[in-house]
Amino acid sequence: MNQREKEEYLREYSVLKAQGKPFFPYIIVKDGVMMIVVIGTIMLLSIVLGGELTAKADATTTTYAPRPEWYYFWAFELLRVIKPPALVSLATVGVPTIAMLLLFLLPFYDRNPERHPLRRPVATTAGIFVIGAMFFLSYLGAEAEPPSRVDMEPPPSVATAGGATLEKWEAGRKLVAQSSCGGCHKIGANGNDGPGPQLTQIGDRLKQGAIRETLINPTLPMPSFAKLGPEKLDDIAFFLSTLKSGSGGGH
Amino acid sequence: MAKIKLLPSPPAGLRPQPKRPEDPAVDDQPKDLVKEAGVSAAAWVDERTSLSGTVRWVMFRPIPKGTNWFYTLGTATMVAFINQVITGVVLAMYYDPSVTHAYESMKYINNEVFLGEFIHGMHRWGSTVMVILVFLHMARTFFFGAYKYPRELNWIVGVALLVLTLVMSVTGYLLPFDQRAYWASVVAMNIGGNAPLLGPFTPPAALGGPDVTTVTLSRFYAIHMMIIPGLIIGLISAHLYLVIKLGTSAPPWVRADKVGGDLKEHDA
Repeated sequence: MNQREKEEYLREYSVLKAQGKPFFPYIIVKDGVMMIVVIGTIMLLSIVLGGELTAKADATTTTYAPRPEWYYFWAFELLRVIKPPALVSLATVGVPTIAMLLLFLLPFYDRNPERHPLRRPVATTAGIFVIGAMFFLSYLGAEAEPPSRVDMEPPPSVATAGGATLEKWEAGRKLVAQSSCGGCHKIGANGNDGPGPQLTQIGDRLKQGAIRETLINPTLPMPSFAKLGPEKLDDIAFFLSTLKSGSGGGH
Repeated sequence: MAKIKLLPSPPAGLRPQPKRPEDPAVDDQPKDLVKEAGVSAAAWVDERTSLSGTVRWVMFRPIPKGTNWFYTLGTATMVAFINQVITGVVLAMYYDPSVTHAYESMKYINNEVFLGEFIHGMHRWGSTVMVILVFLHMARTFFFGAYKYPRELNWIVGVALLVLTLVMSVTGYLLPFDQRAYWASVVAMNIGGNAPLLGPFTPPAALGGPDVTTVTLSRFYAIHMMIIPGLIIGLISAHLYLVIKLGTSAPPWVRADKVGGDLKEHDA
């Protein structure tokens, strides 16, 4: 805005103020009603939904599929749909950072003196688009299935071996499901494709020992599963190492 | 020709009427005695603080014509925040930020403390309501173009408040220390650790180590209880000061009526 536009606005505004009413008692009534509505809504939500707790936090039995608070679903979904590993860091950190910078700097790059939403079509369209995209992504994020299942049949080699081998494989499969690997990895028909790489054919790329090492010392953002203990880690690493292309492990 | 800025005065109906000789004597009615005592106490404070000027400046400031219910969203957000402060203080009286006791203290609040689950629920759902209201308030400001001259700085303060509100919801999420809290925080920390440049320093600084431990819990608790609320209260004060100083914006479609030169100004 140039000096003339600024002065024009201030002049118009001071007339509007002179034609308005004092805050007390005319405007404060509305604020008072709104206060009662807000507190009433919070009390109602508390009575209806309560403050239930899930089980106590446990770092060893990772049966819990983490879900963010619903108003982060849109960011969660954004994380899920952006697949290339090089872009994951951009999605998790870059997108929120850029969004915040765009918000902070809004008054500096939007220099249109016009204020009416219909007379600033670019800003209004962008605003509606962002809100629409957030609603859409939130919906997708809310619809996403809890990724704590792994439906797989043992590959022929394991199935024929039977006995302890089959038991170990089965234990590994359950641990993978419980540990929410599917939250970030696609495993056969289950799990989310990203931010982690697909595990459906991980056996082609990594040997059992390497998989075990990755579970203990992963690259961020994957958490370490070292707390599971050597036995469970062995089971998981064995299960994952059998996932190969053409081994019939698909399902 | 500088114009003297006058403080706004109360609307005519609220101004005290001067006493007239035919009025009944004051001193014998108990009601009048109480009124006298109140007036002299207020006068005593005002003589030492000059607060009455500030009160007039805040309460009797003119609001431009045409404001509507959308303009109560800021107040609504502040009320949600006050709810968080009050319920949060109550929860803090029973909560114990240690890995061994956090969950048990939350269970105790839910099951033993009088109205405990109700207060816990008000804090939990109050945070959701606050986030929704922050976004609605921001949408109103955006679509009404209210962030433009002269209110740019207030928009920036508002975005800082949005960021702080989101940090509050992340740090508060861990405190009940149930499964949901723990695993959501692990994921959040791993995402933070993945950030360029600052990433590797995020988990050690926030968690107090490579993992979620008692140190993490007490750090999140201190951040959630003291650092961020202090910042939020300071920034809300700045936000409100600017709202009162610059005046509430009018809806962009409202135009001033044509007036002659005899326009009486409440405030400049």
